[in-house]
Amino acid sequence: MELKTKITAHDGKQDLTITREFDLPVALLFKAYVDADIVSQWMGTKVLKLESHKYGGYRFETSDPKGNVVFKANGVIHDVIENQKIIRTFEMENAPFGVQLEFLTFEQLDTNTSKLTIHSVYQSPDQRDQLLQLPFAQGLNMAHNRLQDIVIKINN
Amino acid sequence: MNLRRDVFQAIADPTRRAILLLLATQAMTAGAIASNFDTARPTVSKHLQILTECELLGQQQNGREIYYHINAKNMKQVADFIEPFRKMWDDRFNKLEEIMKAHQAKNEQ
Repeated sequence: MELKTKITAHDGKQDLTITREFDLPVALLFKAYVDADIVSQWMGTKVLKLESHKYGGYRFETSDPKGNVVFKANGVIHDVIENQKIIRTFEMENAPFGVQLEFLTFEQLDTNTSKLTIHSVYQSPDQRDQLLQLPFAQGLNMAHNRLQDIVIKINN
Repeated sequence: MNLRRDVFQAIADPTRRAILLLLATQAMTAGAIASNFDTARPTVSKHLQILTECELLGQQQNGREIYYHINAKNMKQVADFIEPFRKMWDDRFNKLEEIMKAHQAKNEQ
């Protein structure tokens, strides 16, 4: 089966591309990016601010079940063209990954399908690679924590 | 020898993956690496040997100590490092699609 979401990241470059085709008309795909309530649902984060227009910006915040803030991100919105593109920055707060520049292109394929292309540019190839490997590292940490939980249960 | 196949075998082991992660930010001696694991020292040495043989790790002599470091060039062959990133986005996009389909159905009623 062909993968729906594809990542292109060439060695030694400071950018990457994410592409995905959706069984959705382009207007609905675009709406999922500019409607704060919908963004919070699929990103799984609280949306503190989302001004989807030129000179706008956004802020996301995620808390764990105990209410501790575990993720904070923000960016400025440089340009928005309805059903076509969003140009914005993205920065994870309190993290060593710097700021990335994102070009989101929305395309209508036919009446009921559309395609999203996200081209992200980082400050350096190293920063890109660190961010790319973050979910791998988190997965490993989670596996470690689960292992620890099991060990603790066995010891008790 | 099929280097690529060996690379994937090398990272299939959770301890070896953890070693690669430890070395992601700094070069370390075998002793320092072993101190992060409950596994016996010779077992860690065996893992280091396998990772070195398939060229995921390099060695550098510094005085009497040998430091292990990640061989970044070969690490990048390992699509496995990118896969969790891809999976994270795929999951998010699946959710987006699901939510918007429900949204569409609601508006068509």
